[in-house]
Amino acid sequence: MSVEVIKPGLLSSLQDGGRRGYANLGLGRAGAMDEPAWRLANALVGNHDDEAALEITLAGPTLRFQHDAVIALTGAVIEARADGQALPPWTSCFLPAGTLLRLGGMRHGCRSYLAVHGGFDAAPVLGSRSTDLHAHIGPLDGRALQAGDVIDIGGREPAAWFRPAQDVQALRWGLDPQPWLDYARAPLGLLRGHHHGALDHASQHALFAQRFVVSKDSNRTGNRMDGPLLRLDHPLELVSEATLPGTLQLPPSGQPILLLAEAPVTGGYPRIGQLAAVDLPRIAQRRPGDAVCFRESTMDEARQRLRTRNDALQQLIQRIAQRLESP
Amino acid sequence: MSHPFANLQLEALAEDAWLLRFGETIDVAVNARVHTAAALLRAHLPDIECVPAYASLLLRVDLDVRSSDGLRETIEAALSNPSAPATGTREVIVPVWYGDEAGADLQDVAAHARMSAEEVIARHSAPAYHVAMLGFAPGFPYLLGLDPALSMPRRSQPRTSVPAGSVAIGGLQTGIYPQALPGGWHLIGRTPMHLFDLGASSPSLCQPGDRVRFQVIDEHEYRRLAVDAGAAR
Repeated sequence: MSVEVIKPGLLSSLQDGGRRGYANLGLGRAGAMDEPAWRLANALVGNHDDEAALEITLAGPTLRFQHDAVIALTGAVIEARADGQALPPWTSCFLPAGTLLRLGGMRHGCRSYLAVHGGFDAAPVLGSRSTDLHAHIGPLDGRALQAGDVIDIGGREPAAWFRPAQDVQALRWGLDPQPWLDYARAPLGLLRGHHHGALDHASQHALFAQRFVVSKDSNRTGNRMDGPLLRLDHPLELVSEATLPGTLQLPPSGQPILLLAEAPVTGGYPRIGQLAAVDLPRIAQRRPGDAVCFRESTMDEARQRLRTRNDALQQLIQRIAQRLESP
Repeated sequence: MSHPFANLQLEALAEDAWLLRFGETIDVAVNARVHTAAALLRAHLPDIECVPAYASLLLRVDLDVRSSDGLRETIEAALSNPSAPATGTREVIVPVWYGDEAGADLQDVAAHARMSAEEVIARHSAPAYHVAMLGFAPGFPYLLGLDPALSMPRRSQPRTSVPAGSVAIGGLQTGIYPQALPGGWHLIGRTPMHLFDLGASSPSLCQPGDRVRFQVIDEHEYRRLAVDAGAAR
């Protein structure tokens, strides 16, 4: 079972929940930028575990499925045509062997996830099938998809709920993407960072009061934020210390950088904020040119929102599993 | 009785991450405390991920396994445990071909330090360095113990690609590039050893807390070892 890459799209890479436990060797986690969308894509195709899915950025690839496959597309709603037939987003679809799947652009949002029943079957590297584009580690030698790549699919039986389909088909039910995607541009929760107090007065205010725009110069490592230039009251000589996805750093340019899934494990810039983890998928869906506003959050609020979100996600994944058993 | 880790500075970084601060400087004694704390925590709280840096230790918790409630007390108890685990220090020998095409900036470093290239090599290969932390790229060791006379500010224009194995000086730091990477440090030599090798049982040649010694080799020896290292992969 395999899928052939005919056209790679802008930037597509295999991602799972990330590579954990190697930060002390200088190796970050990588992993899906929009974790709920990645989990729900897997749930919709009946995958139990942390299977790798294809993370697609802005413009999608063209793929040929060499065997029968069950797929689902979540995250940003992406144009999808299977042998010319439009596929609905956020639902399970059956593709017979030989189907050409053309994925186009996204009207809103930045990242879509393509999961396949059985999972994409690249060999795990240090316990994960996530591609670390920065360290060149993971599936396909740690690089994005290229034309001509052939990726295996885990050898599982076609999903029972599509038997005995012959043509492209979609389940009559799918998920409502709305609760999981933020097109409303609501402010993102930001905790004060250790060096927030070292900002000058105007910059302390601007961080939570003004609008930033995701710069073109953004990737899976971090989003540069155009907007008000932030300044320190007095220069800081810092010793490199750990950084995390969500860390908002301030380099000397005054243009903050919000670190994302491929955050380096250490950094020496002032740490002026930390994005609430529950808002990491929301920043992952902002594309270059999109606005970002921060509102001040507390650790208690951030933890509470994360728990609430994770509970809702877990319940939904269970309901999907039940529904797939008796569609 | 007060213990060496009394009055912890424990800063909540993120929902699942804390930073223990031991100081604000690049200092061998401070860094040694970081590694002692990491060893104690790994021994007593193995589910917590510990990531050492120069003067701080990141603690990352799986919130599905352990609640954040009471974590400070748990950490304090682990650190006050008198049965410090044995932290046998490994010594890693790193052969280096200094100068020539392997160390394009050796002459600049010598000029900056007002000494001969031979003296730079002698002083750089003399100490036993401490692996303070790994970062920047997988397996990149930040080494403590550089002779201050060899200190030199970073290049104003970083190179877009520094060859893998390059041994370099940046400020008061020295380190080794595990792979071809952009970099602003001054290149003084190159090692044929693989700093990060996914095929090895332990992928990183250096571990935080290890000691590193540089061994001077010539170009001929470099090429011989490079062939061996390639074959061993």
